[in-house]
Amino acid sequence: MTQHEAARRPNRLPTTQYDYDELIHEDRVHQSLYTDPGLFREEMRKVFGAVWVYLAHESQIPKNNDFVTSKLGLRPIIVVRDNAGTIRALYNRCTHRGATICRQPSGSARSFSCPYHGWSYFNTGQLSGVPWPEGYGCDFSDPKYNLAQVPRVASYRGFIFGTLNPDAPSLENYLGPVRRPLDEWLDRHPGGKVAFCDANRLKFRGNWKLLYDNSCDGYHVIFSHRSLLAMENRLVAGNTPEKGMAFYKNSPDDGPVYLKYFGNGHHFKDKRATVEKRPGALWEIEGPHPGMERYEAALRARLGENADAVLDLASSEPVNINVFPNLHILGNHVQVSQPLSVSETDTTWWGTAVVDEKDALYGEVDAVNALRMRTQESFPNFGEVDDLMNFEGIQAGLAAEEDEWVYMHRGLDVPGRITTDADGVITGPSTDEVFLRETYKYYRQLMTAEPDIAITREVAHE
Amino acid sequence: MNETKTHDPSLTSWYVGEDFYQDLVDAFTDWQTDEREVDDLALRDTCRRLLEKEARLLDRRRLEDWIALYAPECVYWVPATPHGGDPRREIAVSFDDRRRLEDRIFRLRNDFAWSQRPQSRTARLVSNVTVFATGDQAELMVCSTFLTTELQAGDRRTYAGWYGHRLRRLDDGWRIVVKQVNLIDCDQNLRNPSIVL
Repeated sequence: MTQHEAARRPNRLPTTQYDYDELIHEDRVHQSLYTDPGLFREEMRKVFGAVWVYLAHESQIPKNNDFVTSKLGLRPIIVVRDNAGTIRALYNRCTHRGATICRQPSGSARSFSCPYHGWSYFNTGQLSGVPWPEGYGCDFSDPKYNLAQVPRVASYRGFIFGTLNPDAPSLENYLGPVRRPLDEWLDRHPGGKVAFCDANRLKFRGNWKLLYDNSCDGYHVIFSHRSLLAMENRLVAGNTPEKGMAFYKNSPDDGPVYLKYFGNGHHFKDKRATVEKRPGALWEIEGPHPGMERYEAALRARLGENADAVLDLASSEPVNINVFPNLHILGNHVQVSQPLSVSETDTTWWGTAVVDEKDALYGEVDAVNALRMRTQESFPNFGEVDDLMNFEGIQAGLAAEEDEWVYMHRGLDVPGRITTDADGVITGPSTDEVFLRETYKYYRQLMTAEPDIAITREVAHE
Repeated sequence: MNETKTHDPSLTSWYVGEDFYQDLVDAFTDWQTDEREVDDLALRDTCRRLLEKEARLLDRRRLEDWIALYAPECVYWVPATPHGGDPRREIAVSFDDRRRLEDRIFRLRNDFAWSQRPQSRTARLVSNVTVFATGDQAELMVCSTFLTTELQAGDRRTYAGWYGHRLRRLDDGWRIVVKQVNLIDCDQNLRNPSIVL
């Protein structure tokens, strides 16, 4: 049984100075949710400290002793596959005086040594030695000198999560029904998996929730991405089907795109029904990308009718899968958001490559990936930058404190728009803001509770 | 391979294939060797003027004149990895062929590209220009250091790094075949990287 060390709040501060029932209403939330530094500090404890937070992907640490640095809220973390193969999330903080012990973003290491006074730790978190121990009167075999670590770390099909909350449900239960679109997204790839292959890294001066609020939003698409939609279709002639996100034009609520709210802040926008269910249909709506014609012709010459299904793997899967609070799967990207302060957020769009260990792609995996790299670069270059500047626009607008409310009532009180099934999963049209309202209900629940945050320094293998 | 006669690279992308990528990766591997450094002052000046012209046209937002400095089959490549990496296997910050570069210009000319509303103003310094010979008389590699200051929405910021230009002598003079932009912070999170670097 792992012993947990309960975190103590300094000086028994009150758990909150905010009345969240006043700040969060069904149709609107208060601007201070996005602007108040004190409220942000509470979020780092009550949201990021209470739920399962995405930390890293297993393909980033394929071998024993591989590590990658990450954050859990603002806590600096080393995600490591230790020398026995156990994946751990170590606090990147020397037990001695608090310095970060690992300053490389990734690598391979059996141990970490603090650059400040040289305390060393195995990659299990166990203290391995301190310089000149004879100057100490303590017993360094006491676990209290080991690195702190996230007490519960678990993977879901390659996605590594951690939680500081001993009372949190299992990861599988926390994810709940969002696992289904996640499974489907993975299962379209050979072996049911992907590998990370570098990233488009962006940042914006805005609150982290602005990105989460946008993640299932089908309302902004033709406005925020107007230049991208025009660009993607500038060479489309005559009766050829329009490319990319053109299906948002006209009346998107009447079309086949829908969104689902799954509970625990997770939601999903499904655009797959806009694509015919036959091999090659996804490839047909892919916008222009470098190398398309050349690779397609070569693949068709080599593979014949099998080329369509292979080309679909280079195409962007039309889904947005959002796992609260910091993981998004959209197209072929794995997008991770990282709050830096109340008004600063990093968003990293990890590219994914196809892995084909059993040669399901007739030896063409390299060609698929060469195309797939290019299809993935498009949206961060020509779409996301416009969204991020709109988020910065919101953050600037919310400086007007006495203009208090941010509205999210599209669809509210309009009969016939949403349905709720027996499991509580809500389905609505693509521009509905029901996913926001439901997410903020969950958020209010988190912010009015106080999680018993715990860390552990036990190094025993589970 | 010369596909340009049958395929217009502004409309279709026939030149970006396996052979093209391999040649690109080879050309940008271990190319800055002392013995290949070009002493010829006139040739160096030609290269330096081309790079300065490119910077000036971009600063003036003369994007159509700027892309005319490029060969029909060209690449604008901003790696996300400090060593350039292999664009077949890794995502880049940007990797544009001719058509996508024209996409980029189209979008920057579109009134609804919010990341460029207001339009950025830029001032580019290109310096430390060093020219390297290749095995081909009609081809040169040029290394330079850049510092680009951008004013975006009232906020001043900088991009710094070095360029690797691959130049080819065509019938009408030297043209840019590849521009590799090596940002010193290529593996960090960038705020609104929507200008041409």
